[in-house]
Amino acid sequence: MNKVTTIEEAISRIKPGSSIMIGGFGGFGIPGNLVNEVARQNIGDLTIIAEDFSDGYKSYLKGNTVLLEKHLVKKAIISFAGGQPRVTQQVFDGTLDLELVPQGTLIERIRAGAGGIGGFYTPVGVGTVVAEGKETREIDGKLYLLEKPLWANVALVKAYKADTKGNAIFKYNSISFNPVMAMAADLVILEAEEVVEPGEIEPDRVQLPGVFVDLVVEQKQVAL
Amino acid sequence: MDVRKTIAKNIAKMLKDGDFVNLGIGIPTLVGNYIPEGMEVEFHGENGFVGQNRELDCKDVQTDPVFFRQWLDTHGGEQTDCYGEEGHRDLINAGGFYINLLPGSACFDTSISFIMARGGHLDATVLGGLQVDRHGNLANWKVPGKKINGMGGAMDLACGAKKVIVAMEHCTKDGQFKILDDCTMPLTAVGCVDALVTELCVIEFRGNGPVVTAMAPGMTPEELQAKTGTKLEFAETIEIMDIVD
Repeated sequence: MNKVTTIEEAISRIKPGSSIMIGGFGGFGIPGNLVNEVARQNIGDLTIIAEDFSDGYKSYLKGNTVLLEKHLVKKAIISFAGGQPRVTQQVFDGTLDLELVPQGTLIERIRAGAGGIGGFYTPVGVGTVVAEGKETREIDGKLYLLEKPLWANVALVKAYKADTKGNAIFKYNSISFNPVMAMAADLVILEAEEVVEPGEIEPDRVQLPGVFVDLVVEQKQVAL
Repeated sequence: MDVRKTIAKNIAKMLKDGDFVNLGIGIPTLVGNYIPEGMEVEFHGENGFVGQNRELDCKDVQTDPVFFRQWLDTHGGEQTDCYGEEGHRDLINAGGFYINLLPGSACFDTSISFIMARGGHLDATVLGGLQVDRHGNLANWKVPGKKINGMGGAMDLACGAKKVIVAMEHCTKDGQFKILDDCTMPLTAVGCVDALVTELCVIEFRGNGPVVTAMAPGMTPEELQAKTGTKLEFAETIEIMDIVD
């Protein structure tokens, strides 16, 4: 099935109030054109699940911060805010509900959601603020916290190449959260720098099978 | 004395040939500069790679939006060589710098990266610190009331690496203790610290509180104790630290 569509059409399927996973790390490997289009269409009241809210701190990459600029986020589940002034300000103003999650716990919660796992026990966060309100359990003499799965209405992910069925490959470490997030949402929109015909990507090079992907959007330029 | 380089050099001496190590941001990053010639250490990048060669000199590109746009357009896809000097828009380290790789490197997704971090696959992690206490607790991610950062991967690394080495200046800029009976800032992990290296000493945690195993030249136990907010023990033999000017 050909899943290629326009960026406007793909993003228009997102309803206000949705939870959205956004792939990438520190502004790199993020589906920046899709994120900018969410901001342009002014889709608000969002819950954002992402590694971070930092703008590419060593560059002009904006990361997800365009969504904060337009006050479209009511809740964020992230591991790092990088001192982003808008995060601090909106949390102190009470307009942004922030849940900070250790990075390894965050990816594993998404992976649990993706794979139908009801939760898992991790030692990370025991004895810290992360443990507040969570079940702590001793297993073979070591303490663990119960962490629950994450699932979202939408996942926005970025690959450097995909075929029209959504089979995708990633370059170097821009892969980060992208493929796992693409397995944990109802609607998965993939931004690819290059879209090719089925058969042009060798099956054993596919890092995200197209069956997880609903829509493919070609965007040749990385978004700033 | 260059405080940061001195700390980094003394930490590098603690690593062993063949170790698989994560270096945090700040002073820990400098540790890579002091690995002795002929010794091989594999460095883990939490954003999904092993085998960084070095940070590339792309700073001018990244401070001019027009150049940066051109650079992004010409350094992507399958166009460039990850071992070369050119860089690639999809190849960065955890600090957000463009890097190149050594032959024999690997890139992978975040779930694999944190299986490495959490699952005891790292021989050591070197982390920055705000406070360390006598129980080996580490606080390094949050200063209450200040701008919000987040823990990123620090909790996973502190909890999961075989050895946790903290790189930290001995006191705050205004002379306050950072080594305490009990941390007052939010913890990163409980009882995780194996060794703490400051510009004045090396402290090891062996289950019964902090034990000083090395000191800077000229430092006396009394002087060190006066700069430390918890009671120190001293090993039978105290080594002399290397100093970097």
